[in-house]
Amino acid sequence: MIEFDQITKHYGDTEVVSDVSLTVEPHTITVVVGTSGSGKTTLIRMVNRLVEPTSGVIRIDGEDNRSIPAFELRRRIGYAIQGHGLFPHRTVAQNIATVPILLGWGKARVKAKVEELLTLFQLDPSFFAERYPHELSGGQQQRVGVARALAAEPNLLLMDEPFGALDPIIRAKAQDDLLAIQKHFGTTIILVTHDMEEAFHLADRIAVMDKGEVLQYANPAEMLVRPATPFVEALIGASERPFRLLAIERAGDAVEPGAAEGTPIPASLSQRDALSQLLWSGRPALPVAAADGAILGKVSLEGLVKRAARPR
Amino acid sequence: MPSLATLLRLAALLVLLAFFLQPAWFEPLLRPLVQANAPAIYDRGNLFWLTMLHLRTVFVATLAAALVAVSLAILVTREAGAEFLPLSRSLVNIGQTFPPVAVLALAVPIFGFGEKPTLIALFLYGLLPIFENALTGLTTLPPAVMEAARGAGMTERQRLFKIELPLALPVILTGIRLSVVISLATATIGSTVAARTLGEVIIAGLQSNNLAFVLQGGLIVAVLAVLIHDALQGLERALAGRAHV
Ligand SMILES: Nc1ncnc2c1ncn2[C@@H]1O[C@H](COP(=O)(O)OP(=O)(O)OP(=O)(O)O)[C@@H](O)[C@H]1O
Ligand SMILES: [Mg+2]
Repeated sequence: MIEFDQITKHYGDTEVVSDVSLTVEPHTITVVVGTSGSGKTTLIRMVNRLVEPTSGVIRIDGEDNRSIPAFELRRRIGYAIQGHGLFPHRTVAQNIATVPILLGWGKARVKAKVEELLTLFQLDPSFFAERYPHELSGGQQQRVGVARALAAEPNLLLMDEPFGALDPIIRAKAQDDLLAIQKHFGTTIILVTHDMEEAFHLADRIAVMDKGEVLQYANPAEMLVRPATPFVEALIGASERPFRLLAIERAGDAVEPGAAEGTPIPASLSQRDALSQLLWSGRPALPVAAADGAILGKVSLEGLVKRAARPR
Repeated sequence: MPSLATLLRLAALLVLLAFFLQPAWFEPLLRPLVQANAPAIYDRGNLFWLTMLHLRTVFVATLAAALVAVSLAILVTREAGAEFLPLSRSLVNIGQTFPPVAVLALAVPIFGFGEKPTLIALFLYGLLPIFENALTGLTTLPPAVMEAARGAGMTERQRLFKIELPLALPVILTGIRLSVVISLATATIGSTVAARTLGEVIIAGLQSNNLAFVLQGGLIVAVLAVLIHDALQGLERALAGRAHV
């Protein structure tokens, strides 16, 4: 659990973070969104003390984050910096191994971890491990940056626009990998992004920032249904709202009794993707199948349209 | 296939070695420069030995200058040392602007004739390029890289040795290279206060009106400077290597 308690940060006369109080529940993903310069990076960098707040306290699992030396704190917190920040004179493998080596892991364990992460991020270890960062594409560099943040299996992960440079296919894959990692290790993640699609896909809770203030901190559905200010509404994208609402729910939750013709939709698919398949197939309804193939029922256009409407 | 430049360097090195081993071969070339019955090849000492002494003086002075300049640059780029930056800059600048001849003149009464005043003059003269380059190298590191190092939980010391110095090394080496080349030439004036350098050859030539001596001393220094410059540059490139730092 991470508690921001009345956090304020001044640079000279300008207040870049204003009296932020919020609590990030353990094992959840909190996504921070907001305009450029709204203080997102500054806010998350106060967690691992790369920035010291002007006033206020940040507690991690109840303890003031200033109660242990900064370098020890940082080794426990994964940090994927905005714009990767890879060490140019170290190979990909050495970059990823940074924190494990600082923590004194054995050689074999470090090597295994590096290979595991490279493979996870679709970078063939035999090809990439000994490359230098400048020999990689922007998207590859960014994935190595994220791998470096994950290497020591931290309980807490700070990610500053980690997937900005990735193409849509690899980005979707990276997001799903992150969700899988998060489930597997129970990692608590705070992630900054400009991509609202990404925010709604990943977030358990979203914090919207503007001019240093957190305007709203709520779960995605709540934020869609009751945006706190016109700014939040505009940021979410008013025209996208029905689709975002469908995007945060699974097809399995929209199952109606009855049978339908056509290729079954996996229950784990988002309702938005289910709607898309319905529209594309031209059918009014499609069957829904569980992971084991058993047909659970159907989803219908009519049903989904109702679900996409503003809840009353 | 080595490049033309490499072949030329190799040729220069071979000529230099030949000159040390078989000076008589070069006598016909230098003979026209001297009056009848004056020696065309330096005969008041062993040129090879003198060259080694010259190099030793330059090496010792540059090593000391590099140690001091780099340490100073590290010190003033730490948070605690930042306030000393302007002071150290002016001190080092004075070292560079004060003419080496004047340093010799001042140092002789204290240290006597010989190698010491020369070492001091070269040391002071060599500080600035190394210090300025080290400063540039240490203050222009990519901010995201430095932040990533902090964010990974490296201590200040680990950041210095694992990130900052390796990244700044090529720029620091450039400073050392400049300093070496300047010192190679400047060291010759050390012979005015009886330091054993190639300046001896030049001074002997001036005193006895022997142009061949002057040319020999000057050319050996020049060839050494070019060869050492290029060798150090090669080292810098090799170090930067694939990492492209
Ligand atoms: N070290 C600093 N000194 C002075 N001002 C700073 C410093 N760091 C950030 N700022 C200012 O604080 C404000 C917030 O910066 P921050 O990097 O947190 O924004 P951001 O929300 O992450 O923006 P972006 O989406 O563009 O990354 C900006 O106006 C920035 O200029
Ligand atoms: Mg930012």
